[in-house]
Amino acid sequence: MPYAIEVEHIKKTFKGKREVRALDGVSFSVEEGTVFGLLGPNGSGKTTAVRILTTILQPDSGSARVLGHDVCKKAGLVRSLIGLAGQYAAVDENLTGRENLVMVGNLNHLNKAVVGGRAKDLLEQFNLADAGDRPLKTYSGGMRRRLDLAAALVARPTVLFLDEPTTGLDPQSRNDLWEVIESLVGGGTTVLLTTQYLEEADRLASTLAVLDHGHVIADGTPAEMKADLGATVLEVGLSNLEDARRTGAVLDTLGPHSPMVNGTVVEVTVDNGPQAAMLGLRALDREGIVPTAFTLREPSLDDVFLSLTGHSTVEEAHAQEDEGSSRRARRLRAAEEALPVATGELS
Amino acid sequence: MTTAITAPTLSGAPPASGIGGKLRWFISDTLTITRRNLLALTRIPEALFFSTVQPIMFVLLFRYVFGGAINTPGTDYVNYLMPGIFVQTVAFGAVSTSIGLAEDLQKGLIERFRALPMARSAVLTGRTTADLVRNVFVVIIMTAVGFAVGFRPTTGVLPYLGGILLILLFAYSLSWGFAVIGLSAANSETAQVMSFPLLFPLTFISSAFVPVDKMPSWLQGFATYQPVSVTVSACRALMIGGPTASWVIQSVAWTIGFLVILIPLAVHRYRTRT
Repeated sequence: MPYAIEVEHIKKTFKGKREVRALDGVSFSVEEGTVFGLLGPNGSGKTTAVRILTTILQPDSGSARVLGHDVCKKAGLVRSLIGLAGQYAAVDENLTGRENLVMVGNLNHLNKAVVGGRAKDLLEQFNLADAGDRPLKTYSGGMRRRLDLAAALVARPTVLFLDEPTTGLDPQSRNDLWEVIESLVGGGTTVLLTTQYLEEADRLASTLAVLDHGHVIADGTPAEMKADLGATVLEVGLSNLEDARRTGAVLDTLGPHSPMVNGTVVEVTVDNGPQAAMLGLRALDREGIVPTAFTLREPSLDDVFLSLTGHSTVEEAHAQEDEGSSRRARRLRAAEEALPVATGELS
Repeated sequence: MTTAITAPTLSGAPPASGIGGKLRWFISDTLTITRRNLLALTRIPEALFFSTVQPIMFVLLFRYVFGGAINTPGTDYVNYLMPGIFVQTVAFGAVSTSIGLAEDLQKGLIERFRALPMARSAVLTGRTTADLVRNVFVVIIMTAVGFAVGFRPTTGVLPYLGGILLILLFAYSLSWGFAVIGLSAANSETAQVMSFPLLFPLTFISSAFVPVDKMPSWLQGFATYQPVSVTVSACRALMIGGPTASWVIQSVAWTIGFLVILIPLAVHRYRTRT
């Protein structure tokens, strides 16, 4: 199967007050007609990768091709084949939904007669027909994202880039957007999406790469990734640090990796949840340890990170916040504030 | 949301080839961006205020409050004032070029533009063209207000229109300077803060509102020959008479000089801004 996107050893460093190596030799490829998920916390380099692939930025070294065309040498051609919808809903506040779509259609040099019809169809498909002639100022966050996505589709791109399409959305809007993306993929579009949510990558992507500090630290299908990680996380809360330490030791052989002891909470990833719960409770009982909480949950991106890198995503985000210019950093912070428990909430 | 999304089969037009094709795209993209900026202008109350109400307030303030205390030998103060206030207004208006671009950068709109197969410089030409169109609208309003408060040009219609043209060209060249500022600022507030320290000396240490010969002698050189003053003097000569050619040449020279230096600078800033 031919590749829609090929990335080879891309490096990109942002110079400034502090040098930030955003991408440090990243390679991956995406088969045509599939969804590829680029997973990682803030500052891991996801957005930089998207900006390079959409010709907005030039890499320092390495090469990238979209549908076989080099993104640097054939930037103009690549731009006419791709669509980009961003985390920051890059649509014009002061225009109506329809005016936004028509503007993007015109800037794609579509036939003037086609543009109006395209805008109308997209507004209907994205449930924005009634709001189509209202300025964007009156739109909700979910409506804006839908319009942003619609704008990316005006020229019927063959390859679509979605940079954190659902960050900051409420669960209902997120679900709506997932359905839209799934429906698009059904139509044969190749999609590269970046996300901080394992759940999102799991639901939408057929292959994944996990980025950390500008490196691909893992790739494969979501199933492989989960199997690698252990399918379930057992979380035990204790009343004091000493009990937590002892629990860590007691549960040491329960899963493929050693438990993480974090204050009075002990987490261990396990393959078979119910069985591990039973064994775990028995072991605690033998030692006379009484837990204050005992839960089984799906692994989150944070768990992937803990098991792959030994550090959490949250500290990551803070250390790397100033990637690129201060403008980007501010936007990242804004996104983070909108979702204070971004990486942990999907447990 | 459950309706199937049309299967994408057809992409946008292939990239323009040849000089003719590229030029056609450049013009069409510039017009698209111009239209977008003008539409936005009509929907931002602050922008409408700054381009209509504020200039009118300035006219009324200087005509009726300060004007009585300012002595302009040989002509009524209102005739002296109007050419000055024309230039001051369009110079203040040029700040909107910097604020607009900074806002587009801040909101991520420029990111989208950069990923579209459009002529890249159209983002800048579209912005400055929109500001030019707005200035046409502004000078029409101000001409009407001027006449209402007693402004009576003495030279006829053609020289008057020549003066207006000179102002519009001058404002257009300033827009490119403020485009550079907008592309260098971290956000629209900073763009505004960076613009005014430049604008205030240019518009107020000038011959726009008061005769230069009442200023301290060390200030008179700057106040006479800086670009805003030169343009005001040219405009005044064209509208109410006096020696014309030298001022017009100086003003046109500033305008051309600004364009030659500032357009490449703004384009460079746009290309390298990440």
